[in-house]
Amino acid sequence: MLPTVPTDFTPWASLGGGVLIGLSAVIVMALFGRIAGIVGITAGAVTQGDRGWRMAFIGGLMAAPLLWMVVTGGFPAQTVSANLPGMAIAGLLVGIGTALGSGCTSGHGVCGLARLSARSLVAVLTFMACAAATVFLLRHVLPGAA
Amino acid sequence: MRIVAGFLAGLIFGLGLILSGMSDPAKVLNFLDIAGAWDPSLAFVMGGATVTTYIGYRIVWQRPAPALMDRFDLPTRTDIDTPLLIGAALFGIGWGIGGFCPGPAWTALPIAATGTLVFVPAMLLGIAAGRRFGKRTA
Repeated sequence: MLPTVPTDFTPWASLGGGVLIGLSAVIVMALFGRIAGIVGITAGAVTQGDRGWRMAFIGGLMAAPLLWMVVTGGFPAQTVSANLPGMAIAGLLVGIGTALGSGCTSGHGVCGLARLSARSLVAVLTFMACAAATVFLLRHVLPGAA
Repeated sequence: MRIVAGFLAGLIFGLGLILSGMSDPAKVLNFLDIAGAWDPSLAFVMGGATVTTYIGYRIVWQRPAPALMDRFDLPTRTDIDTPLLIGAALFGIGWGIGGFCPGPAWTALPIAATGTLVFVPAMLLGIAAGRRFGKRTA
């Protein structure tokens, strides 16, 4: 779908970013007593009784690139596919899959693995394998589809 | 207080996504492209985040209750059922197509790439559909 765009190996920035994500997950547990699963927070921001902090959390996620721009002078570098039907299908699958599987990269990945949950480990191995297989298919088997 | 705390936690999470490179679908897709332009950076994101969370949770759980709520509210299920496996598989396929998982999609939204503006509403629709379907089968 997205033509291959080369990216640099950034172990230190990625490790630092990961620590920030972990710090946020620990803050959510310390203050709200819940796992910081983005899909759970998103769904809870619309449906559950205590919506305020969840809506504010999503507001914080969206404020991050704005703060980044104020500090560094530009939006963070990113390349998003312009294949709009593809992105619509991707969004639908991500939404349905994370709702049905009760978690995403944060809920099952970061928080679930940190809780040593076997359910989360199975989910992580499954979505990692399916994601890698999908990329392999789109980039190396069906290059005409890209 | 809850609103301010929620906002700051989300902001830290979002800055982590940006700094780590997870908010760039190109970097995510290259991480998943083991046979091609492999960029292993995201293994460091997962590692840093999971280890930090593992240690932090153990410290937090020494307390009887969270600071702003009455009690801890953790997932209790331990069974590996079909919705978990099918859900994770569908999520993986979508992640491999678009390079976005839910957190980075929210963080990328204000940058307003057309692909993101299509992805996020589709994701919200999918979450609503998935929850409805999940309730029916549960």
